[in-house]
Amino acid sequence: MLSEMDPTAPLTPSGNLRRRIAVSRLMTAAAIASAVIAVAALAIVVFAVASRGAPAISLGFLTHDPPQFGGPGGGIASAIVGTTLIVAIAAAMATPLGVLTALYLSEYARPRSRAAQMIRMALDLMQGLPSIIVGVVVFGLIVNPEHRESGFAGSVALAIIMLPLIARSGQEVLLLVPQNLREAADALGVRRWRSILGIVLPSALPGIVTGTILSIARAAGETAPLLILSGLFMPGTTFNLFGQAVPNIPMLIFNASEAADPTGFARAWGAALVLLVIILIANIGARVLLARSRARMSG
Amino acid sequence: MRPSDAGVSDDHTDRAARPRVRIQAEPSSRSAPEVALGDRGPLLERAAVFDIRDMAVAYGTKRALDWTTLKIYRNLVTAVIGPSGCGKSTFIRSLNRMNDSVPGFSLSGQVLYHGHDVYARATNRVEVRRRIGMVFQKPNPFPKSIYDNVAWAPRNLGLKTDLDARVERALRRAALWDEVKDRLRVSALSLSGGQQQRLCIARAIAVEPDVLLLDEPASALDPVATALIEELMHELKSRYTIVIVTHNMQQAARVADRTAFFSLDSTGSERVGTLVEYNDTETIFSRPADPRTRDYVTGRFG
Repeated sequence: MLSEMDPTAPLTPSGNLRRRIAVSRLMTAAAIASAVIAVAALAIVVFAVASRGAPAISLGFLTHDPPQFGGPGGGIASAIVGTTLIVAIAAAMATPLGVLTALYLSEYARPRSRAAQMIRMALDLMQGLPSIIVGVVVFGLIVNPEHRESGFAGSVALAIIMLPLIARSGQEVLLLVPQNLREAADALGVRRWRSILGIVLPSALPGIVTGTILSIARAAGETAPLLILSGLFMPGTTFNLFGQAVPNIPMLIFNASEAADPTGFARAWGAALVLLVIILIANIGARVLLARSRARMSG
Repeated sequence: MRPSDAGVSDDHTDRAARPRVRIQAEPSSRSAPEVALGDRGPLLERAAVFDIRDMAVAYGTKRALDWTTLKIYRNLVTAVIGPSGCGKSTFIRSLNRMNDSVPGFSLSGQVLYHGHDVYARATNRVEVRRRIGMVFQKPNPFPKSIYDNVAWAPRNLGLKTDLDARVERALRRAALWDEVKDRLRVSALSLSGGQQQRLCIARAIAVEPDVLLLDEPASALDPVATALIEELMHELKSRYTIVIVTHNMQQAARVADRTAFFSLDSTGSERVGTLVEYNDTETIFSRPADPRTRDYVTGRFG
């Protein structure tokens, strides 16, 4: 073939190059279109929630409890406090466990060892676990023996959902820490744990924080386990997570959208917007903190 | 083929001639042999820091380095040269147990450091590395400030008194102080490659090790930075024992007092690294005993 080519022919597409150019353009267009659709989906969700939720938002909406026996008026203060508490306790339980699990997998276990493989598989299975099942199990283990719904049980369920997300994403970013940094630390005669604390973890921190924030976002919107664990009928604002139902935003959205009175919908949209904003603030806040700590370090 | 058959002309270290008791007594007496053996030529006045006996290394079933026996002397620069894959790095990394984390690594024979077996059950590898520092091929500063790069290890080892002075001393010895003294709080990643490598040397000597192992420390650097590092080695050997791996023969000739030539020994289909010749650098380069050494140092290596 090549020998038949005329090197003096004009440098315009010849042979099957036309077809190859067309295929290449098609694939490029498909990739761009997919990216646009993905962003559009997010934009539609945000826009829908913002446009319908915004009218409901007022200072009173954020600072008042909902009416005790349903009906219009009131705010969602108790749900905001409840969700913040439940998720914070869940994160406090899941984060250290998840990060330590990630450290075990990346720093201590031999990567091909049976134990490490089993733990990785278990975490992957946990990630795929339907949240309603987590809820039922925690219900059976914590709520049933006590015969009392509790926000703490909700925290435990959310922590179980968060743990594999933190551990697996943490492990992935720890693997990205250059091996030569570990070698450098080892060669100085510093103990392993010290090297991990002083060199490995700080290098992986941005990724670990991102993974944790994502898992918090996921947990904050989780409804099914709270449905079982925290009850449909909720008291006013409370800081006590034990022995009683704790109001929270996902449950409130669920209740309000089922409510008989027409203002319920508006309240549900408002609560949805609040939840979205809380997650957004947590996300941006973590990124700002990270950027600041990184700016200090990258000359 | 074992090095002993292959004409390893390490005639200064005739083990049979030295009573075993002497070797056993050596660990506590780094200066004792100077008195005891003073009449046997200048080299023997030096204590051996490493006494390596029949060391062989394999990764899984793949043999990487065959029976290696040699001694490394105090306050000398010992160069390890040879073609790629001849086990130079394996050799040097086995001295401070950096190979322990390599899957499948196994070592037979003995590595005695001041008479103590580096691979003994009671030996702790963190303690080994504390005394035997290492600088790697690619500069690998921590993503921290220049100051913290040097201060990190001393801080973790409990050497916290007068940390500023310690950092300054290490940076001065690594010939880096004048270039960085006004920006110690700046990230180490902002330094040039050559500066980063000298920072790594400063980091290694900040914990005051006994031995410095340098694994091709200048191979990623330009000639100017390389010259600086080589100059540095002449300064440092008065304080430390230095072992340097290099694939640059001129570099070995310039910096080393003793040179070990490793090569690949083909036994059947397997190619295993092996020590061919170990002697004074001058001898290795001007009157090598082994034809393979001669071929390599004259550039006729095939």
